[in-house]
Amino acid sequence: MIKRLLWRIKASMGIYETRPGEICGLLAEYPHPGALLKAAQAVHASGYRHFDTHSPFPIHGMDKAMGLGQSKVGYITLGGGLAGLALATWLQWWTSAVDYPINISGKPFFAIEPSIPIMFELTVLLSALAAVTGMLLLNGLPRPYNPLFYSSEFQRVTDDAFFLHIAASDPSFDQEGTELMLRELGALNVEAIHDHGYSELHSATS
Amino acid sequence: MTTVTDKSVTLPVGDEPPLVTGNLGFHDITQLVSYHTEKRPPSAWYMAFAVSSTLLAVLLVLIAYLFWNGIGVWGNNNPVGWGWPIVNFVFWVGIGHAGTLISAILFLFRQRWRTAINRSAEAMTLFAVICALLFPTIHVGRVWVIYWTLPLPNQMEMWPQFKSPLLWDVFAVSVYFTVSLIFWYVGLVPDVATLRDRARSIWRRRIMGFLSLGWTGANRHWRNYEKTYLLLAALATPLVLSVHSVVSFDFAISIIPGWHTTIFPPYFVAGAIFSGFAMVMTLLIIARRVYNIQNIITMNHLEKMAIIILVTGTMVGFAYITEFFIAWYSQVEYEQYAFLNRATGPYAWAYWTMMSCNLLFPQFFWIKRLRRSIPFLFVTSIIVNIGMWFERFVITVISLHRDFLPSSWDYFNPTIVDVLTLAGSFGLFLTLFLLFLRFLPMVAMAEVKVVLPESDPHFYDKEDHD
Repeated sequence: MIKRLLWRIKASMGIYETRPGEICGLLAEYPHPGALLKAAQAVHASGYRHFDTHSPFPIHGMDKAMGLGQSKVGYITLGGGLAGLALATWLQWWTSAVDYPINISGKPFFAIEPSIPIMFELTVLLSALAAVTGMLLLNGLPRPYNPLFYSSEFQRVTDDAFFLHIAASDPSFDQEGTELMLRELGALNVEAIHDHGYSELHSATS
Repeated sequence: MTTVTDKSVTLPVGDEPPLVTGNLGFHDITQLVSYHTEKRPPSAWYMAFAVSSTLLAVLLVLIAYLFWNGIGVWGNNNPVGWGWPIVNFVFWVGIGHAGTLISAILFLFRQRWRTAINRSAEAMTLFAVICALLFPTIHVGRVWVIYWTLPLPNQMEMWPQFKSPLLWDVFAVSVYFTVSLIFWYVGLVPDVATLRDRARSIWRRRIMGFLSLGWTGANRHWRNYEKTYLLLAALATPLVLSVHSVVSFDFAISIIPGWHTTIFPPYFVAGAIFSGFAMVMTLLIIARRVYNIQNIITMNHLEKMAIIILVTGTMVGFAYITEFFIAWYSQVEYEQYAFLNRATGPYAWAYWTMMSCNLLFPQFFWIKRLRRSIPFLFVTSIIVNIGMWFERFVITVISLHRDFLPSSWDYFNPTIVDVLTLAGSFGLFLTLFLLFLRFLPMVAMAEVKVVLPESDPHFYDKEDHD
């Protein structure tokens, strides 16, 4: 049950488990963002779920094409912001009105008005930290090793190449059939990705 | 590759002139920007680095001298207790406003031209805020107990005074630095991944691989990433407006005539944007030429920055005049004297330097030909920052040198240590900026690629119908 849940969470981050000795997935290159968008739409319509597109920049409309919903980063950020506001309020009230009250020109020990700047600053600080931490968590980053790094073609993904990767863990995956579909969608080439582990990649590149 | 880099078809996007000129494709942008971090830097870089690191060494020596002898080595004395260190602090914080303004506010307003300059402007922001944080830190006198400004439990069982604007300042500037750093780093991740994938040596690949967190450009990642970027922009927007407002509270909440005015927060923020853009312009005019990226940071970008300088400069000038009006209108004798003393007193030279640099010179930007003249832009951007340094000098020193008690009036003179510390802070700033140019992509490649028409998936639909 927990294993199953973990598997699903990892898949949402784009981390797909592979059985040893089997291929990891198929990586298809498409000529431009338009072709990639159409391919992603078709792949999603054929029932695939464990797939992802890789591009040098975000492509407008790709979330919808892949059938992904709204990002949940917003809720995490809101949580961080509320925590920051609560922390700042508590900190200023407790230190100056409870733990060590000092009378300064007869001003109240605690009041909202002079507390606003710190409340604002800590709200922003904790929201920003929560946003970035939440983004990394939802994305499963940092992830220093990725079997996709075995593909030398894939190095152009951060430059000018557009890829679609279907993982072998998808129930609809069938190496020959999936490859044929990817080619029919206009792939320039299709490559099988193998997962030989980190140490192999390390020795291959050094 | 006969695909996207082959640009036989070009479509105009609306009426806007293209943001990237020279018919560049995706790969050209990668190459143009990454290349400079991979080759040996030009000799101009080494010369600049030699000068800036020398100044940095001067700064470090002077800080050691200061710590050993105490702040008596500066010109600060009664009645001017806040001399050059606070002038320099406000000056550097102001410069550190343009970057986050460009990356956050212009992002929310969908100003797509920002993509060419946001990375270097954000880097400049961070380095300026480092210089700014330095000055109050060394100004406290007993720097070894600087941690008393933070709410940390200590043996005295005392807490910071949360009703003090000086403490708000500690929070405002350090939160601003932290959030700007996070924002900058998040923006860097996809570009550092580009450097990783281009790396030839194993160590470069490892370092860039470490910094890029395993980025693969996956759309599942871009989805959360873009949302986070939007949220950070939304958070940084009020933050950037708040920082200089809080800095202005340091002055405005006191009862010194010339400081005790409600106009300070908006007036300081306008001045900060004004000086920040001028500094971005100074640095980018040099960098775009040395690094040959005139097609990415185009004349149109410089002209847009000139317009922002014109607008904010006029706002600042309007605030100077409003201060005089309010001094007269308030009928408060001390307030009236403080302002007459500014314009006609012993520091009139500083006041009129400020007025001419900040109000007069930017008005030339009404003329389009001058907005598009590189030498004129360069000179004006430097004049603006001289003027903005004098603005802080005028506010800090002139208001203090004649206080309520005429027997304590005095003329403030800086010492050589003051002067060299300011010069040294430029060394710190420029050294960090040069290291940034050397090792990191100075243009946000992934973002510039998005403003090319070829990045739109529907660009290719039209091609099919032709």
